[in-house]
Amino acid sequence: MLTISNLHATVADKPILKGLSLTINAGEVHAIMGPNGAGKSTLGYTLGGRPGYEVTGGSVEFLGQDLLELEPHERAAAGLFLGFQYPVEIPGVSFVQFLRESLNAQRKSRGEEPLSGGEFLKLAREQAALLKMDMDMLKRPVNVGFSGGEKKRAEMVQMGILAPKLAVLDETDSGLDIDALRIVGDGINSVMRAPDKAVLLITHYQRLLDYVKPDFVHVLAAGRIVKTGGPELALELEERGYEAVAA
Amino acid sequence: MADMALLPTRKDEDFRYADLAALEQVWPVAVETISVAAGESGNLALVLDGAVPVARELAIVLGEGASLDLRVLNAGAGYGRIAVRIELGRSASFTLGAAQLAGGDQVVEIVSDVLHAAPDAVSRQVVRSVAGGQATANYLGKVRVAKGADGTDGSQSVRAMLLDRTATANAKPELEIFADDVKCAHGCAVGELDANGLFYMAQRGLPPAEAKKLMLQAFVAEAFAGAPDEERLLEAALAALGRLV
Repeated sequence: MLTISNLHATVADKPILKGLSLTINAGEVHAIMGPNGAGKSTLGYTLGGRPGYEVTGGSVEFLGQDLLELEPHERAAAGLFLGFQYPVEIPGVSFVQFLRESLNAQRKSRGEEPLSGGEFLKLAREQAALLKMDMDMLKRPVNVGFSGGEKKRAEMVQMGILAPKLAVLDETDSGLDIDALRIVGDGINSVMRAPDKAVLLITHYQRLLDYVKPDFVHVLAAGRIVKTGGPELALELEERGYEAVAA
Repeated sequence: MADMALLPTRKDEDFRYADLAALEQVWPVAVETISVAAGESGNLALVLDGAVPVARELAIVLGEGASLDLRVLNAGAGYGRIAVRIELGRSASFTLGAAQLAGGDQVVEIVSDVLHAAPDAVSRQVVRSVAGGQATANYLGKVRVAKGADGTDGSQSVRAMLLDRTATANAKPELEIFADDVKCAHGCAVGELDANGLFYMAQRGLPPAEAKKLMLQAFVAEAFAGAPDEERLLEAALAALGRLV
């Protein structure tokens, strides 16, 4: 589904990713862990196509397409979802309006019929219920006045509505209390655990991986993947620290 | 007072940033007078969305306890100027909600002169401007509080959004106060669309033009909040926004 080969990327001319390679197949859940400054968030933003994140080498193939050739909105329509570490507030624009227009823009570019207002609300209600989020919250402006945990939950509701093929979730577990962590974990499993979907979890901690069991765990350090293993690697990292394990 | 038959120059403060060449085509401008009698209330929405230059000048008097809700959508394809002079009687209430949208090398402007002539009147001005290309959006707004007009409550909220680095916004909120017990507030800001917000929206699948339109729609809507024909004004604004992004 996703093949990243020898990816190099800079932010403000500073090299951050230095030859990162990673292959994710449909049906798999991968976790990337690593110390601060290793390039975890840069990887997510580079895949999403954020302005200012410049690819200086390597390639990324996503579902048979050259991902790096696509504009950010085209990447979304191709099936890539990026869960933000810090979801952005957009005053005056309601979640319902924003998501309906986003979904219909995606559908249009795939040659599908747009959803009507009623059809969209039904879908939104189902997905909000899955994440135990009050539908009234989706009538409010995007992320405005939401707590950190509510924003993360809203990210997962959006993921459910947009139904991507690949979700790259950047520290979706940060800012969540124990109950919210379980709800979000269950949400990821029910939306993304499918033979034709895949997940890349970017995280500092092992605790989310108790709920969303990864097939592969990678350690990212200094812009490259330095170690790959199974779920046991996350436990080892938790116990011994990045420095000992990645060395 | 300048001779109304003569075309103003840049030295006339109210025409400092005007498009004088375009103004010449519609000069002289006839003053439209409106008065709202004591205790009465009225509302008026001006929508400029044509292709030719327009300049209008309103002279308004609100009687004791009268109120007026004035909304303006200044979104034509050429020069657009709305000048409002208003005198508020005791306990009168005036709302001005204006949105201006300009692209190309267009100039749009709102000029207001609100005189609190008697005590306890309230004036609220909300002006939202969007300018792209080489366009210029102006707001020159004066709030004057006469001697003895105690209990005055006036506010000006002025914001402009520049879509390109080549666009210009001029904002000049002014206060002239000759009374003691007065509450006057003004806020003014010129900015650009939030790049983080635009990327966030793109990441969910919205093409850049749609994302900008959605953000600008929310921005402009602040000028029409609470208007009797809010929906119609928003629709007209949205149609005009399509031209800019």
